[in-house]
Amino acid sequence: MSVKIALKEEHIKAIRDICSSFNNDPGELINVLHKSQDHFGYLPAEVQEVIAHELRIPVAKVFGVVTFYSFFTMIPKGKYPVSICMGTACYVRGAEKVLDEFKKQLGIKPGETSEDGQFSLSSLRCVGACGLAPVVMVGEKVYGRVSTEDVKKIIAEYKE
Amino acid sequence: MANYKYHILICGGTGCNASNALGIIDNFNSILKEKSLDDDVQVIKTGCFGFCEKGPIVKIMPDNTFYTQVTPNDCLEIVEEHIIKGRRVNRLLYENPETKEHVEDSKHMGFYQKQLRVALRNCGFINPENIDEYIAQDGYVALATALERNNPAEIIDTLKKSGLRGRGGGGFPTGLKWEFAAKSKGDEKYVVCNADEGDPGAFMDRSILEGDPHTVLEAMAINGFAIGSHVGLIYIRAEYPLAIKRLQIAIDQAREYGLLGENILDSGFSFDIELKYGAGAFVCGEETALIHSMEGHRGEPTFKPPFPAESGYLGKPTNVNNVETYANIPVILNQGWEWFSKIGTEKSKGTKVFALAGKVNNVGLIEVPMGITLREIIYEIGGGIKDGKKFKAVQTGGPSGGCLTEKHLDTPIDYDNLLASGSMMGSGGMIVMDEDDCMVAIAKFYLEFTVEESCGKCNPCRIGNKRLYEILEKITEGNGTAEDLEILRNLSVTIKDTSLCGLGQTSPNPVLSTLDNFIEEYEEHVNDKKCRSGVCTSLMQYFVVPENCTGCTVCARNCPVNAIEGERKQVHFIHQDLCIKCGVCYDKCKFNAIVIK
Repeated sequence: MSVKIALKEEHIKAIRDICSSFNNDPGELINVLHKSQDHFGYLPAEVQEVIAHELRIPVAKVFGVVTFYSFFTMIPKGKYPVSICMGTACYVRGAEKVLDEFKKQLGIKPGETSEDGQFSLSSLRCVGACGLAPVVMVGEKVYGRVSTEDVKKIIAEYKE
Repeated sequence: MANYKYHILICGGTGCNASNALGIIDNFNSILKEKSLDDDVQVIKTGCFGFCEKGPIVKIMPDNTFYTQVTPNDCLEIVEEHIIKGRRVNRLLYENPETKEHVEDSKHMGFYQKQLRVALRNCGFINPENIDEYIAQDGYVALATALERNNPAEIIDTLKKSGLRGRGGGGFPTGLKWEFAAKSKGDEKYVVCNADEGDPGAFMDRSILEGDPHTVLEAMAINGFAIGSHVGLIYIRAEYPLAIKRLQIAIDQAREYGLLGENILDSGFSFDIELKYGAGAFVCGEETALIHSMEGHRGEPTFKPPFPAESGYLGKPTNVNNVETYANIPVILNQGWEWFSKIGTEKSKGTKVFALAGKVNNVGLIEVPMGITLREIIYEIGGGIKDGKKFKAVQTGGPSGGCLTEKHLDTPIDYDNLLASGSMMGSGGMIVMDEDDCMVAIAKFYLEFTVEESCGKCNPCRIGNKRLYEILEKITEGNGTAEDLEILRNLSVTIKDTSLCGLGQTSPNPVLSTLDNFIEEYEEHVNDKKCRSGVCTSLMQYFVVPENCTGCTVCARNCPVNAIEGERKQVHFIHQDLCIKCGVCYDKCKFNAIVIK
């Protein structure tokens, strides 16, 4: 799934500025993508086209890199991105059940965003807080030792 | 510098931060200020103490008092009792789970007694955001000595004699690697630190970068001097924001002190370090893939030779070492190879950091001498299995490693013994499993990871692992056949033999080691359609316990497929042919009258 958008002039300028801050060096593609994702929240095809043009590389090359790395996303995240750690330590302490409960409560699968744009769901690999397993992150906030019963409470904190 | 009577050390690692360590620091600072004690007591935010299970950790120096699970509300009591009156706050002390006695200081805790901290020597001890504290612990002495003696060959020789092997997984002798890079010809050479820790369940590199970033910078500069390079690059995961921040602070401070940059310590040697960000790809831990990623490409591995030592980053000679390997180097140079080579076993010298996690009482980061046994780690340092359950297996080496069992508990751990047991050292993840874990499901879990992380370049890894995963899925759903077990083994061996890089060459290890050690569980899944741990939902059956059932009808009313039959106040019955194993009855029953078998 991807999102079609029309880039405004100011957006194009923002991407150009990011590219030129790295001297339009194709070797800096990953850093350019990081900065662009910081700016837009995600990397739609139109943004990739401008980057390709600025760095003088094929769009396919940019697309290839964006889709290779799990950190880059082509769909906008929800206002409250929910990530469930699926590292081994969290897995053996019940992370899968917690993920299933989030899927049930939010009605979306990992990689999707709820229709109202409030929540998105993803699984991530080890935030390194294994002592608190299983771990759930909402935005930057970390919830430790989450049980299936806690899921409703966590979602309620953010429901408007 | 002020002369402080007390130092309050607070863990500022990711784990403790998640449980509000910053609130504790703020509270201590404001309380001390209010009581005009801020000239006598210094609050220091340190790196990880390792004892994440009981975080946030607060340690009071000089008396080594170790408080666990501290909240911001406890700060006032600690200041009034401990700092002012000199009395320990007993309720916050660590309690020995066996004797139920309070342990006053960290030296007497089982968790620390068996540990030997070399790479982690400064973690949890110094403030990582202050270069002076690192220098006070003999920081940058090794670099200064190296520059003064001006003998790169001597450094490489010392490392070779020390027996240090790469801590990232492969265990290649570090001195030898440096020697190759030093001998390579090139107008520019690169020193790369691999900080792309991608193993799920491993966080040792992150803890070193967060707790002692200068040690990595110092070792990289020494590396540069030894092989004739002027540029260092740290390839770090973007998922580690705190480590990135502290590294950047450390680099800036080192430049300011003239320990990085042009003409370091007036020696004529110049060296500087830059950060490069990863973007979430496990395969980038492989050095050729990492180099491609740094160049802005997809992180796909290439065939070796040529090795990075000949043709690496931008086609120039490149030396890649892991974070933990670097953390060992300044100490080895300061204390001498003789000291280092006395620690450990014949072929594996020194210590290894492990991220101990899973079903043990003391989850955390530990550093132990090579040659220690799994039993010592799990039972003495780890404090045994959680909730008194029975030990089943320990998985080492992450997705590339294997599962070890009871019979391996007394094997001394080193690179070679782990390989011989069907697992590997890997980067040092160590996940303990108990009787509630299904080994077939664990193998499937790792394969799911590998399938997702395979870069897709070579067929055995891309297609083979997918097939392995599908067969495991079939078995856990109760559709496996005896023939599948045969195919699993053959396919695993083929993938190992024919894959291009380390990822595919090791990815079947979790399957092979569980087949070797837990074949009876596979057979139960296949022949009896049973999962003894109750993990594989498709193989589970729900039953009513007649003695506990009160006939309240809650289960029958909530069952989405009307599979439960029974009159009010009569014992209910579940029709197995209708049951979809959703578990609603089990969740809703208030009388423990539903069991899973």
